[in-house]
Amino acid sequence: MSKKLVSMTINGKKVEEAVEPRTLLIHFLRENLNLTGAHIGCETSHCGACTVDIDGKSVKSCTHLAVQCEGADILTVEGLAKNGVLSAVQEGFHQEHGLQCGFCTPGMLVRSYRLLQENPNPTEAEIRAGISGNLCRCTGYQNIVKAVQYAAKKLQETAQA
Amino acid sequence: MNAPLKDREAALMGMGDSRLRKEDARFIQGKGNYVDDIKLPNMVYMDIVRSPLAHARIKKINKEEALKIPGVLAVLTAEDLKPLKLHWMPTLAGDVAAVLADEKVHFQMQEVAVVLAETRYAAADGKEAVQVEYEELPVVINPFDALKDDAPILREDLIEKMEGAHGKRHHPNDIFTWEAGDAAAADAAFVNAEVVVKEDLLYPRVHPCPLETCGCVASFDPIRGDLTTYITSQAPHVVRTVVSMLSGIPESKVRIISPDIGGGFGNKVGIYPGYVCAIVSSIVLGRPVKWIEDRIENLSSTAFARDYHMTGELAATKDGKIQGLRVNVLADHGAFDACADPSKFPAGMFHICSGSYDIPAAHCTVRGVYTNKAPGGVAYRCSFRVTEAVYLIERMVDVLAQKLNMDKSEIRKKNFIRKDQFPYKSAFGFEYDSGDYLTALDQVLDAVDYKGLRAEQAAKRADPNSKSLMGIGLVTFTEIVGAGPSKICDILGIGMFDSCEIRVDPTGSAIARMGTISQGQGHQTTYAQIIATELGIASDLIKVEEGDTDTAPYGLGTYGSRSTPVAGAAIAMAARKIHAKAKKIAASLLEVSENDLEWEVDRFKVRGNDDKFKTMKDISWAAYHQPPDGLEPGLEAVHYYDPPNFTFPFGIYLAVVDIDRATGETKVRRFYALDDCGTRINPMIIDGQIHGGLTEGFAVAMGQLLSFDAQGNIQGNSLMDYFLPTAVETPHWETDYTVTPSPHHPLGAKGVAESPHVGSIPTFTSAIVDAFAHTGVTHIDMPHTSFRIWKELKKHGLNLN
Amino acid sequence: MIPPEFDYHAPTTLSDAIALLDQLGDDAKILAGGHSLLPMMKLRFAEPAHLVDLNLIPQLRGIREEDGLIKIGAMTVENDILDSALLKEKASLLPKAVKWIADPQVRNRGTIGGDIAHGDPANDHPAIAMALDATFVLHGPSGERKVKAVDFFHGTYMTDMAANEIMTEIQFAPLASNTGCAYVKLKRKTGDWATAAAAVVLQMANGKVSMVRIGLTNVADTAIRATKAEELLLGKELNEETLREVVSAVAEACNPAEDLRGDIEYKTAMAGEMTKRALLDAASQIS
Repeated sequence: MSKKLVSMTINGKKVEEAVEPRTLLIHFLRENLNLTGAHIGCETSHCGACTVDIDGKSVKSCTHLAVQCEGADILTVEGLAKNGVLSAVQEGFHQEHGLQCGFCTPGMLVRSYRLLQENPNPTEAEIRAGISGNLCRCTGYQNIVKAVQYAAKKLQETAQA
Repeated sequence: MNAPLKDREAALMGMGDSRLRKEDARFIQGKGNYVDDIKLPNMVYMDIVRSPLAHARIKKINKEEALKIPGVLAVLTAEDLKPLKLHWMPTLAGDVAAVLADEKVHFQMQEVAVVLAETRYAAADGKEAVQVEYEELPVVINPFDALKDDAPILREDLIEKMEGAHGKRHHPNDIFTWEAGDAAAADAAFVNAEVVVKEDLLYPRVHPCPLETCGCVASFDPIRGDLTTYITSQAPHVVRTVVSMLSGIPESKVRIISPDIGGGFGNKVGIYPGYVCAIVSSIVLGRPVKWIEDRIENLSSTAFARDYHMTGELAATKDGKIQGLRVNVLADHGAFDACADPSKFPAGMFHICSGSYDIPAAHCTVRGVYTNKAPGGVAYRCSFRVTEAVYLIERMVDVLAQKLNMDKSEIRKKNFIRKDQFPYKSAFGFEYDSGDYLTALDQVLDAVDYKGLRAEQAAKRADPNSKSLMGIGLVTFTEIVGAGPSKICDILGIGMFDSCEIRVDPTGSAIARMGTISQGQGHQTTYAQIIATELGIASDLIKVEEGDTDTAPYGLGTYGSRSTPVAGAAIAMAARKIHAKAKKIAASLLEVSENDLEWEVDRFKVRGNDDKFKTMKDISWAAYHQPPDGLEPGLEAVHYYDPPNFTFPFGIYLAVVDIDRATGETKVRRFYALDDCGTRINPMIIDGQIHGGLTEGFAVAMGQLLSFDAQGNIQGNSLMDYFLPTAVETPHWETDYTVTPSPHHPLGAKGVAESPHVGSIPTFTSAIVDAFAHTGVTHIDMPHTSFRIWKELKKHGLNLN
Repeated sequence: MIPPEFDYHAPTTLSDAIALLDQLGDDAKILAGGHSLLPMMKLRFAEPAHLVDLNLIPQLRGIREEDGLIKIGAMTVENDILDSALLKEKASLLPKAVKWIADPQVRNRGTIGGDIAHGDPANDHPAIAMALDATFVLHGPSGERKVKAVDFFHGTYMTDMAANEIMTEIQFAPLASNTGCAYVKLKRKTGDWATAAAAVVLQMANGKVSMVRIGLTNVADTAIRATKAEELLLGKELNEETLREVVSAVAEACNPAEDLRGDIEYKTAMAGEMTKRALLDAASQIS
């Protein structure tokens, strides 16, 4: 199968590679670029462990082809911290014990990041609906909700400062 | 140096501190190291060809088309494993299981062949191209049918062997018959009983379904003759011993590494054919081999949980005092008995089924049987078969309460083992270490205003137009965890002790290694907290490592809530050895006798003289700089802890539900969980474990099910159907606690992470049945989907449509 | 987990896309949001040799009002429908309903056209489109044609659309003011398909039903209009007796398949219950 050249920006860096059309974005990230933060938890697009941010939208990278990302601007969990400073959502998950085994965490973080960009002051119900595309087996979501609330508060304080 | 005591304690962040987790940094930055993250040079990929049929003979396997696909290197079948005698392997339960189907397949999705290729994608293409011809055989799905006289024989390999690992087999599809207790005494209790209740209870087949599936990277180095395997395993040392036994490679040349693991919940205890094939392939090819299964493969072929068909009976006085318990179970183990139990217990710790109650006479029988389903079962977030046992007794007590028109909390109080009866010897021979059930129950009933809830329920029942049925569920469970004393608990002959090695360095920090392996339970933090308090070294300075068999002392792994009870004890004991040596060093440095010293948080000080002291930091340096005469240099210890007994954490759970009479949907209005796990190491981590366990319990009770049609096709084996609740469905959890330390544990700690799963499941059933109780319904089997509940509503004319 | 090999095409104009589909025939499948097709390909239930990606054709996206009609480009993603101020004002059934479709990530890619054209009776948009009395605009080599929603679905995965056609737009009249609408969906969990769902658009005059359209999801081999139920509602009050009759009529119209969500009796009863709830919800919005 002939490969297609595709170029995109990932966490601010330009990337260009030749890929088979059938290469899933999740595999492109994990195998070609060694960005193993996003994970694979299912093959039916339910679990959300593969969630990344494409052109400002949360997307399940297991249900997206690398060739569809020509010119795209992609953010993964590896790109959340800036200059060694953790993002508000990362700080929130740590402070509120929003992770245990860590497998759902990258997808949760990238989704939570985008959720707060879309809705800076969500209610608990809006947070739960907002992360309903991300499954967790360890936390029961209760501390994840608190983590997102922590991050929302921090972002608002930072914005006001 | 002379900061106030409180500050010095706080600085340690030791036992009891809700300190934030040390392991978080890598996970929140996407730098976890899970098995599928591992890439070794020259690595090949393995995929598995699986049977579409539940019971069939293999007529022919054609590898030709697969081998033509670019990138495909080899296709292996049972024929290729036969010369190595690896086409079958021993299970943890004394049975044998096929590694690759040998002339016949026994369950749908069974492994038939493996494909090795240069890339993941080529391996997937190769898998599709392998052609297998089958001749169908009659299928056995219902375990009761398996024992009929005319049932098809499933295990042709065992026809000659009517003596199984656990005694006589009375039928070709029989595995074992196991019993505990005193049958005569139990029967006597029933003969003249004033009240007898009996109920059939199904604990359906479910699956632990951690978010990360199973897999490994096996790497045989042909030059060194070493085998290294990264593996999703909850018991890396056991894997090492088994791999050595199977492969003939000396254990010292086998290295098993469990890196970061994305949830275990019992799914990652067993040794699966994929692991064996990857290891064999690596040895044959001399290259690393990676195998990672899909979710559908995980749900369909790795160890299921439960599938117990139980009948419970209670004999009681007319005032509700229980006199006897009898239980009969038919256990469906699927095609091979791959149950992960201590070897002497084919039904695990099921005989904890007398629960929190003082029952004078009891007996249980469990019969295991083969069917055409995937092999197992495992303990899904519980100690071995304890979910089943607790479900049984808690349901039966409710049934008895209903028969006598007694309140569910009153009947429990009447039958509780009293605080002064501990240590308590149950009718099944377990010695419960400690408990105070009454205090805990009263605490819960007060917290939720139980009387008020019952009044509200009565009012709703009196209103025929009420749109919902209200139910209150109550469970007062005792768990048995911390397997276990090596006299009675072993895995393949290895006693179920655990271990810890601690090495303090000259500048006062430490590295510690244990024989357990965290899959999210936070050992890197909680274990450091134990050592911090024992040795006065800040937990931030203590590096905890698990999972690499080359460096960690031998342990039996993490499952069945055994880490804190067994490894936690080993940690305390190892630390106390260091503590004892440190005291000698301090005495020498201060030129006093050891009797003149007392320990205070982070230092030894001379009694009566606050200014004469040596901190652990001072002592660490001295140990390497100039140890006192007669003492070796260095400051380290190792301890292997063989627990004298199990531990018995307990809990009181109460749920309030409202059932929509038109749709059958159940809304969990409130769930109050009080847990007593003895000494609490990190309350924040405990609460996290409780939330998680309750959520998994909610999933099991309300929707999880792996079912089969008459042809043995598995149903519901993807996340489209297998119920993993999202944040929207998951209720809000309220947690509470009491502390009743374990008298035999060095820290008084009991273990907690599985209690919420064990205890919550019957709580949901209890609440839902309670909603129907006024119509005479005594039990409704799980899962409590809206569909099944609506059918129940309709049956009793309670549906609003 | 791994799809089979295929050739990938990403035309940038509608006419290029149609030409490609015409040329490739049955060997090609349209890639819209991909959240129905790609999972099927990953499980190797579908193995098209060619994918024609429509995501780079801008004219296929967008929501506008024109010539007295609401026109939604077929490649408009669900979240854009959810957030549309125009739809909230003039066809609120859509934003209300889309909330119940899939999850936030899937809604960033899933398209209204893909949801409709797939022909899956479990998808939500077909019944919603019927309740809106919508028309689908199709483009093929011989030009444009329009098909009403009620005429579009022939069976499970069978629609009126040919292999060389592309759905470009969904059109319907905006809902008049004082119209009530609701989509009530019973499901096992977030992201699940409907056990049963009902889409209702309702107008009342003097406390009696003056116009009603009812679309039902996943209770037959396609989405269906509950026309008998609609007929008996006209001119009636929404009281217990009429609702009982509606539920009976809905039951007759249903022909659900038994699956893990429920048996025929349950799904039929739930179709009635969802219809009843949707009618009452819609009625409560009318002053």
